[in-house]
Amino acid sequence: MLSFFLRRLAQAVLVMLVVGMGAFSLFRYVGDPVGNMLGQDAAAAQRAQLHADLGLDKPPAVQFLRFLGHAVTGDFGVSLRQGREVSALIAERLPATVELAIVAASIALAVGIPLGVYAALRREHWDARLTMAVSLLGISLPTFLIGIVLIELFSVLLGWFPSYGRGATIQLGPWRTGLLTVDGWRHIALPAFTLAMYQLALLMRLVRAEMLEALQSDYVKFARARGLPDRVVHFGHALRNTLVPVLTISGLQLGSLIAFSIITETVFSWPGMGSLFIQAVQFPDVPVMAAYLCLIALVFVTINLGVDVLYAVVDPRLRVQASVPEARR
Amino acid sequence: MKPGPTARPAGTPGAPARRIGRWRLLLASDLWHAFVHSRVAWLAAAVALLCLGGALFAPWLAPHDPSDLATLDLADSHLPPAWLADGRATYPLGTDDQGRDILSALLYGARISLMVGLSAVALSVLIGVTLGLLAGFAGGVVDAALMRVCDVMLSFPPILIALLIDGVSRAVFPQARDVLAFAVLILALTLTDWVRYARTVRGSTLVERNKEYVQAARLVGVPRWRLLRRHVLPNVLGPVLVLATIQVGQAIVAEATLSYLGVGVPPANPSLGTLIRIGNDFLYAGEWWITLFPGAALVLISMSVNLLGDWLRDALNPRLR
Repeated sequence: MLSFFLRRLAQAVLVMLVVGMGAFSLFRYVGDPVGNMLGQDAAAAQRAQLHADLGLDKPPAVQFLRFLGHAVTGDFGVSLRQGREVSALIAERLPATVELAIVAASIALAVGIPLGVYAALRREHWDARLTMAVSLLGISLPTFLIGIVLIELFSVLLGWFPSYGRGATIQLGPWRTGLLTVDGWRHIALPAFTLAMYQLALLMRLVRAEMLEALQSDYVKFARARGLPDRVVHFGHALRNTLVPVLTISGLQLGSLIAFSIITETVFSWPGMGSLFIQAVQFPDVPVMAAYLCLIALVFVTINLGVDVLYAVVDPRLRVQASVPEARR
Repeated sequence: MKPGPTARPAGTPGAPARRIGRWRLLLASDLWHAFVHSRVAWLAAAVALLCLGGALFAPWLAPHDPSDLATLDLADSHLPPAWLADGRATYPLGTDDQGRDILSALLYGARISLMVGLSAVALSVLIGVTLGLLAGFAGGVVDAALMRVCDVMLSFPPILIALLIDGVSRAVFPQARDVLAFAVLILALTLTDWVRYARTVRGSTLVERNKEYVQAARLVGVPRWRLLRRHVLPNVLGPVLVLATIQVGQAIVAEATLSYLGVGVPPANPSLGTLIRIGNDFLYAGEWWITLFPGAALVLISMSVNLLGDWLRDALNPRLR
């Protein structure tokens, strides 16, 4: 078990190092860092001074180590577009994105799982089929189009929800939250639902498929034979066994929620990390791009690692499988 | 029994007689039978062909030329679709803020969307299949290295990688943005997409290379590249066909998303995504047609292609049904 964990951890660190190397080459070789900081018409002596101060005269390996040292402490330099510390910019934008992702994930779970169970239990009926058809729409519609249609329906035509910004927010220490005001909730409704749509449809289809499989299994047949009521069979036996893969997938999808929020945030002018990243790509603002890349990679690697380890804890076969090839070597 | 190409004398060039044989083969095949008997497949194919035709023949079908500034008249701007009160029959789907005909812009836009999507998929199939064949056949270090690259790339959402590539290329070539925009866009989509083909092909190659027909060809002394091209390749292409069909839809949506985000095609040649982005600003003025018609076209294209891909997967793989 420990060796399994250590090996996965080593892999995760390796991936982070590769991503770090990518971010470093962005910094060092894309554009001209000295020119970016001083402007194009700085004196040659000034440039040489900064060149030395930044350690750009040292060998690339030393520069890379310095970069890693800074990156670990969250220091990614200064944004070219806004002239402020990248870490400060990201810290400011992080709460908006995290809140959006969490609300979206909650919607996806709270709606997706019951709908999936429903579609599985009534699979021959027209309403379950309609749900499946709608979910296909949810999977194949591009996120930004869902957002636009929701804006047209609920903001322009009905006027129920606002379509841009976070609304009223409250500062709690370093965290600026919109979830403590009614206005904040009204503002988060449309973007969160847009972001949740794809995950919701995915989750629903997954739950349905897993449920259908579980309902065919021997333990469900046996539970029925024992004369247990449908409610117990469906929720106590079938659903419970479908939840492991469902929760794994939702865990893994949390990362893509953060990535997809790039699109949602642009549609709804949501002041999160995603819109920061898009502005950085358009400008192009290399330090912000590199920092965002590292942060997202960290989120993904951590989630993957966590899911792998949890899986190994739950399912001992995985541990054995993982150590067999090593034993052969 | 595999109807392996080994049955024929190697290197016979395709004669016209064989082409007729192939056509007969197609009509008699299971795939054609499944297609004829699937209503969904018919419908999806019809819609996809309609979109393709509309895009291909845009210059002849479109009532106006959206790139010809001389025909634009600001007096015709902000017109609603023809069936609404203020609409005019000359602009069936209405006009945008500069008096451009939405229908024409849409046909030309679909043309660009399809062009970008199809070239990205073609390029990724080429790269992915080649690398997948090599990895599966060579094994060892080549295989391990390639698969690690695939692992890392697949663990990030494609749109993120495409955005990064786009951002980097903007930083590297700050001047030549418009000229290179198409190349960069196709490259970004390709670099995120080839991984799937490489994986699939590698998997099937690992299976095929140990089969008897490959062993036999090897014993006869068929050179390695020829073995790959003539014997292994035709037998691993089935899943690639399915994947490529689905990925055409994905690539078109990805292109639209990038263009919507403002980092896709240059504004001078608007694709469907660009049109949606432009129309977005007029949603609040009640001018929904500028953005929703291109949006509907995008949905129509991607849904029909997706349905075709799903059908193809089921038809080639009856076990999954």
